[in-house]
Amino acid sequence: MKALSISNLKKEYSGGLQALKGIDLEVNQGDFFALLGPNGAGKSTTIGVISSLVTKTSGQVKILDIDIDENHSLAKKKLGVVGQEVNFNQFEKVGDIIRNQAGYHGLSFKEARENAKYYMQKLDIWDKRNEQARKLSGGMKRRVMVAKALVNNPELLILDEPTAGVDIELRRSLWDFLTEINSEGTTIILTTHYLEEAERLCRNIAIIDSGEIVENTSMQELLTRLEEETFVFDLKNPLQTLPANLGYDAVLENPQKLKVTIGKGQGLNTIFEVLSNSGIQISSMRNDTGRLEELFMGLVDSNLNGGER
Amino acid sequence: MTPLEQYRALLTILYKEIHRFMRIWTQTLIPPAIMIMLYFVIFGTLIGKRIGQMGGFDYMQFMIPGLIMMSVISNSYSNVVSSFFGQKFARSIEELLITPLPHYLILLGWVLGGVARGLLVGAIVTIVSLWFYDLSVNNWTLSIFVVISTSILFSLGGFLNALFAESFDDISIIPTFIMQPLIYLGGVFYSIQLLPSFWQTVSLANPILYMINAFRYSILGASDLEALGFSINYAIFMIIGFIVLFASICLWFLNKGRGIRT
Repeated sequence: MKALSISNLKKEYSGGLQALKGIDLEVNQGDFFALLGPNGAGKSTTIGVISSLVTKTSGQVKILDIDIDENHSLAKKKLGVVGQEVNFNQFEKVGDIIRNQAGYHGLSFKEARENAKYYMQKLDIWDKRNEQARKLSGGMKRRVMVAKALVNNPELLILDEPTAGVDIELRRSLWDFLTEINSEGTTIILTTHYLEEAERLCRNIAIIDSGEIVENTSMQELLTRLEEETFVFDLKNPLQTLPANLGYDAVLENPQKLKVTIGKGQGLNTIFEVLSNSGIQISSMRNDTGRLEELFMGLVDSNLNGGER
Repeated sequence: MTPLEQYRALLTILYKEIHRFMRIWTQTLIPPAIMIMLYFVIFGTLIGKRIGQMGGFDYMQFMIPGLIMMSVISNSYSNVVSSFFGQKFARSIEELLITPLPHYLILLGWVLGGVARGLLVGAIVTIVSLWFYDLSVNNWTLSIFVVISTSILFSLGGFLNALFAESFDDISIIPTFIMQPLIYLGGVFYSIQLLPSFWQTVSLANPILYMINAFRYSILGASDLEALGFSINYAIFMIIGFIVLFASICLWFLNKGRGIRT
């Protein structure tokens, strides 16, 4: 069963702007799926249609095989959405916001209270339950949004840039939490501008640009398309200049950090050997982030330049 | 959603709405009480004595049903229009739109919220009026029916206004330029029998006149309507007709996504 199935989805706004030009998209149950695209590409419109905040012009959307037009109520029961912007009454108390959301889904008072407590504890906002939401920090408000979206135990959770503007500590704790609920069976669709976030969390990916899906594949398959990859080496001893004839595209970022780009198929053993022969001792090594970013830019640029993919 | 789930969801909206206006009681409950008290002091006690009888009753006695209805109408309307537009403005309406809630339940929840505030303010005004006049009720059933149905009608009106409103200015235009004149010219402070026949005929086109007079009849046992040849049943029929019309329009626009979806 597909957690989400979209076929030939079109959205034309009054004024003629075609936000979605007939997209097709399928997300498997249990997947952690990234929907990426530049600003104005159609990501939020797609999520808006799925969650009924945007009226589609044509096309079909199914949530867990339930057509949102034919059985709107049942389809919505399966869905949780974390919007891009804070969308709760900030004058209400955190606990009330989350319990009320459960109530809108028809949960009993007891269930609503228990679910709200569970997710508030999970997201470390239990201590804030009696505080007015407007007094919370931006990161805390994001947690409230996530708790609110989960309080009905949805099978499909859609997050529209959930970590935008939050600090790295919170972002990482949210990543861990999302990974945990995904491993428990919740299908997650994530849009984000932090491509390393998508690379770290998601197994499959679709890239949308100008209202069209320009790529839809697994993260692994997409990353193997990289022609070259950059590694960062932390050096044991400071290095003032790069040795001549290293044979690699290398940049000395600072005396203790060397970046080396190697081509697809070139093994790492040889580079270790070359560096060692040049008297360079390595204390640690890591991938340079931004692999997905390179691919993303390439795909979006080729779409802009006439659809060469 | 099952009927039980719908019932729970409706209670949640209603709880939230009541909680909202109770939280800001200094803005929602106290001002109408003070305003009505001033009406009683100025128009009832000071000027009313010089006016004498109106429609066959003491002026204060004549004015009380109108003032109660005026409070119910304006508070039902303003509760729904400000609350629903506020949710649209803050985008917290999205909380509801992404849930399985059917549209009629959203409408019903807000209308019941408006009725709750209308009735509460109506009760406060009635208690205040008892300080000034020893009031007795002619027909309890009719008075409860009229006050609730009028409150429903103006809650629906507030909802419709909120659906179309795009700025805070838009939620004050209709109350200021349409509702207030209709309320004041609907016979709150005077009997339309005082008017020349042309203006009496014009007044009959004001729907609020029927509501105020139906309520006045239920309290005092007499009103302008009978004197002008209309039965109370006619007023009741009009109120129900308007409720059906406004509810249908609200639902139609909700289903079209007017003002809530892009």
